[in-house]
Amino acid sequence: MSGEWPLWEVFVRARRGLSHTHVGSLHAPDATLALRNARDLYTRRQEGVSIWVVPASEITASSPDEKDAFFDPAADKAYRHPTFYQVPDGVAHL
Amino acid sequence: MSDPHPTGDLAEYALRLGDDALVAAQRLGEWAAKAPEMEEDIALTNVALDQLGAARLLLSYAGELEGAGRDEDALAFLRDDREFRNCLLAELPNRDFGGTIAKLLFLAAHQRLLYDWLVASTDERLAAIAAKARKESAYHVDHAAQWTVRLGDGTDESHRRMQAAVAEVWPYTHELFAADDLTRRMDERGVAPAPATLRDAWLATVEPVLAEATLDRPADGWAPGGGRDGLHTEHLSYLLAEMQVLHRAHPGAKW
Repeated sequence: MSGEWPLWEVFVRARRGLSHTHVGSLHAPDATLALRNARDLYTRRQEGVSIWVVPASEITASSPDEKDAFFDPAADKAYRHPTFYQVPDGVAHL
Repeated sequence: MSDPHPTGDLAEYALRLGDDALVAAQRLGEWAAKAPEMEEDIALTNVALDQLGAARLLLSYAGELEGAGRDEDALAFLRDDREFRNCLLAELPNRDFGGTIAKLLFLAAHQRLLYDWLVASTDERLAAIAAKARKESAYHVDHAAQWTVRLGDGTDESHRRMQAAVAEVWPYTHELFAADDLTRRMDERGVAPAPATLRDAWLATVEPVLAEATLDRPADGWAPGGGRDGLHTEHLSYLLAEMQVLHRAHPGAKW
């Protein structure tokens, strides 16, 4: 039956103030049961206070083939980090 | 006190609730590694473990009240079927997945209402156990209701099976609301509710689920009972044989 039930990605917020974090995936026939399955699979040990489930088919992901074009150009642009810049003397409110 | 055996009454009452939970846990546990989906496998065994947790607390309390040195293990593993006080509903075979869901819906809906009431019991220990178990029961009801709707309002085949399961199990729900001398004394002392007073709320839980699931609510009629007196269906002995064999073969065996 797993072939028939769609895949869902699960995001859990560990506690208030933190972001939801991807924790894994599961199969479920619909969103309501996906949420319940997520509760049983991923919050058994008090891992969270909030759950999101997202149909895996709805996620658009970057491709490993595009990795070089996507991410490598950022590697030699150290000026994008705030630490690259020296704070001039006498600037009180930067 | 007018009641000559107050402690004995309480022990017997705790035994009833504990046995309901224990037998339900054992039945649900039969789905481990066999449920239709891995996710559902975990969900059902989660429910089973909740039931087992409540059973341990209740049986331990019953053993303490009895004062004969029997702990939860002695009560769970060393009694015969005639000494078990669970309702017949809990011991019925699972049949198919729909049958399991029908039983869970009816039993858990009752447990939730009962635990909700017991939170205000004059017996503090029962009240504390109920306070822990009621949240778990609420989830059990939700899980069973979700599946009842999906199976009842699903395919022709799932509807047919779910309707058959509901019809088969319904008569056994009457025992949950049957009174006897013990429940009358518990009611008088404010320990537990008169069982019949929970039925309206139970119907208010169950009937909308059946309606949403496009399932017929069976007519009330035949009302088998006897579980509270130790008179069980043939199915309980087989369940106990499997549950108890290890402990009886290796007394005191530990993990």
